[in-house]
Amino acid sequence: MIYLDNSATTKPNPQVLDSFTKASIGYFGNASSIHGIGMDAERLLRKSREQAASLLEVNSNEIIFTSGGTEGNNLAIKGIALEHQNRGKHIITSAVEHPSVMETCQGLEALGFEVTYLDVNESGLVEIDNLKKEMREDTILVSVMHVNNEIGTVQPIKEIGEVVRNYPKAFFHVDHVQGYGKVPLNIQECHVDLCTISGHKIHGLKGTGVLCVKQNVKLFSLAHGGGQERRIRSGTENVAGIVSLVKAMRLAKEKQSGLHKKLTSLKLVLMERLQTLDRVVINTPKIDSAPHIVNFSVRGLKPEVVIHALEDFDIFISTKSACSSKSADESAVLIACGKDRDIAISGLRVSMSYETTEEEIDYFCQKLTEVIKKLSEVMG
Amino acid sequence: MEYDHIVIRYGELTLKGRNRKLFTTQLANNVRQALRNFPAIKVDKKRDRMYIVLNGEDPDAIMEKCRKIFGIQNMSVALKVENDETAIKEQALKLITETENVRTFKISTKRSNKEFPIGSQEFNHVLGGYLLANTENITVDVHQPDLEITVDIRSEATYLTSKKVPGATGLPVGSSGKSLLLLSGGIDSPVAGYLTMKRGVQLEAIHFHSPPYTSERAKEKVLDLAEKLSFYGHSIKVHIVPFTALQQKIHREIPHGYSMTVMRRMMMRISEEVAKQEGILSIVTGESLGQVASQTMESMHAINAVTNYPVIRPLVTMDKDEIIRISEDIDMYDISIRPFEDCCTVFVPKQPKTKPKLEKVEQFEANITFDQDIQEILSSIETIEIQAKDKQEEEMEDLL
Repeated sequence: MIYLDNSATTKPNPQVLDSFTKASIGYFGNASSIHGIGMDAERLLRKSREQAASLLEVNSNEIIFTSGGTEGNNLAIKGIALEHQNRGKHIITSAVEHPSVMETCQGLEALGFEVTYLDVNESGLVEIDNLKKEMREDTILVSVMHVNNEIGTVQPIKEIGEVVRNYPKAFFHVDHVQGYGKVPLNIQECHVDLCTISGHKIHGLKGTGVLCVKQNVKLFSLAHGGGQERRIRSGTENVAGIVSLVKAMRLAKEKQSGLHKKLTSLKLVLMERLQTLDRVVINTPKIDSAPHIVNFSVRGLKPEVVIHALEDFDIFISTKSACSSKSADESAVLIACGKDRDIAISGLRVSMSYETTEEEIDYFCQKLTEVIKKLSEVMG
Repeated sequence: MEYDHIVIRYGELTLKGRNRKLFTTQLANNVRQALRNFPAIKVDKKRDRMYIVLNGEDPDAIMEKCRKIFGIQNMSVALKVENDETAIKEQALKLITETENVRTFKISTKRSNKEFPIGSQEFNHVLGGYLLANTENITVDVHQPDLEITVDIRSEATYLTSKKVPGATGLPVGSSGKSLLLLSGGIDSPVAGYLTMKRGVQLEAIHFHSPPYTSERAKEKVLDLAEKLSFYGHSIKVHIVPFTALQQKIHREIPHGYSMTVMRRMMMRISEEVAKQEGILSIVTGESLGQVASQTMESMHAINAVTNYPVIRPLVTMDKDEIIRISEDIDMYDISIRPFEDCCTVFVPKQPKTKPKLEKVEQFEANITFDQDIQEILSSIETIEIQAKDKQEEEMEDLL
């Protein structure tokens, strides 16, 4: 099997699974129970929180454990909007966000908030001057992703942070789901107030995640109840899930520097090979992009057909985002980058992991060449 | 740039006369103890400074550990070079080109080795000129340089050091004997312990535990605090005193307004006994004047009357917010505010006397015999030695 859909989800690391099992058995107590068994679970939870904080270089009371990226993004955006609506009802985001940000913003529009969707340039980048123009006194939130899940563009988070910083009423949220472990992000330096991370994108388990919420940031809670997680996210803590997440975070960070080099060179190899193929247009920008994602279109061929054809060779890639691949045909991200419709409806995404090898990329290119040739004959 | 040494500079210690060696030896032992997980390093103690020979270990991680060692004024990473002009120039050039983000620099030469042929001022120029000539886009800034290289020309070698990182100051733990800290789990007592350690005192701790009125989590909290304190010195012994029966008896037998005073006197008596057994000569508390009923002048007088051991009260004149600030700085605050009952809050009378009279307290106590209760307590104290880590701790770390 050649699995090249790591931006959709990654294969759990065996060490992570091992921690999950051991923590499930050895620390099954409810961390809120006052007896000894609860206490042990609470202690493990505390240690997990401390480690997550140290990996992200923030304080441990700034870590809110969530069920993953979608919850993190919802909590960040709705949490700010609902808590601070008396300061203003204007939100800024970009036109290339993940559906969990995009649709949350649209949801808020229905509640009377005003949302500006920043245009991006042909590389998918938010332009700082554009942002500066849109910032207003009643802007309460700017939400921009770090690494684009479809085409891998890395947004200028630091520069955006500098702009938002000049507006004391506005908070800055970064969806770091595709970035963590691949492209470094310094939360402190970039003046990020809220930052979303998901476990299953970094070889952890589905249903685990972190929303980093800086100390001075108040959020309206989406789940009231037991008062866990600073009262922001009530509900019995998923201790084993949290342990596994933090382990995955540590392993990903440890691998980060070596991984970056390896993936970058694989990405270049892949892009060079793709360039030589008929009908293929590469959508991922060469610079300002993450090392693990390559997006391309095969003009005139339906992406599902290509995907299924590759599947016959046990190769797995995807179209745009798994979360939106069931909706309309064209990619909103590619449209936002100004691509023609025939490109936007034929986008394919290869996303690699630390396990990806040069042989796999080689084999993939070979088979893709064959598939394109064969399908082109049929389709004329 | 690969630095190969860390220079540790002594503070107050250098003011010591003939005793200086005692202090520096203690400091060297503490440094070795703190760095036991870096097997390759060597600690080289000299009269006026100490060198850690890195042998490839990570200088940042080591500095981080050293920041908690009392008796260190400041420290710097350093590169050892032989006393030779060309060699110094080459290494300084390497240092400046291999350090990231250097656009401006400054050289300060200190020549304690007068046999070296070039004077300090002159060498600043010689070396500065050489670096300017051999680099691009790097200039001198004597006020706020990105990189300040101190060229320390000594008899045995020359050390090129970069900026000074402040140390914990104070005196090396263990150089001023040992004290017994009354550790409640609140905000104050760990801060008192920390400040006492800063004066070179090694600690043992005593904690009064009243199950089931106080929870295991309260005890856990105390052990966590002791562990934090242990990072500033060696391991810490924590004596857990089973206090329930005696507290109940006090509650039963003593008029309520005075029960708090009597309870504190009992704590003091028991602490003195434990100190005696352990060969400890003083007691530390986190009392701060005027904070609560037990910390008025009259209360302290009545409580102190049961012992003639010195009672060290580092916080006695501090305001609460000063104490909280220190607690946050030393990373104890989050532990201290975990919300569990401790033995001082369980049997609190509604209206404790803020001005108890000593004669009255003595009179109340005279009617009851507590000797046997105290003996029983002393024989069932649980003593836990807090190393930096215990077994469950390691298990948890494996999971993470």
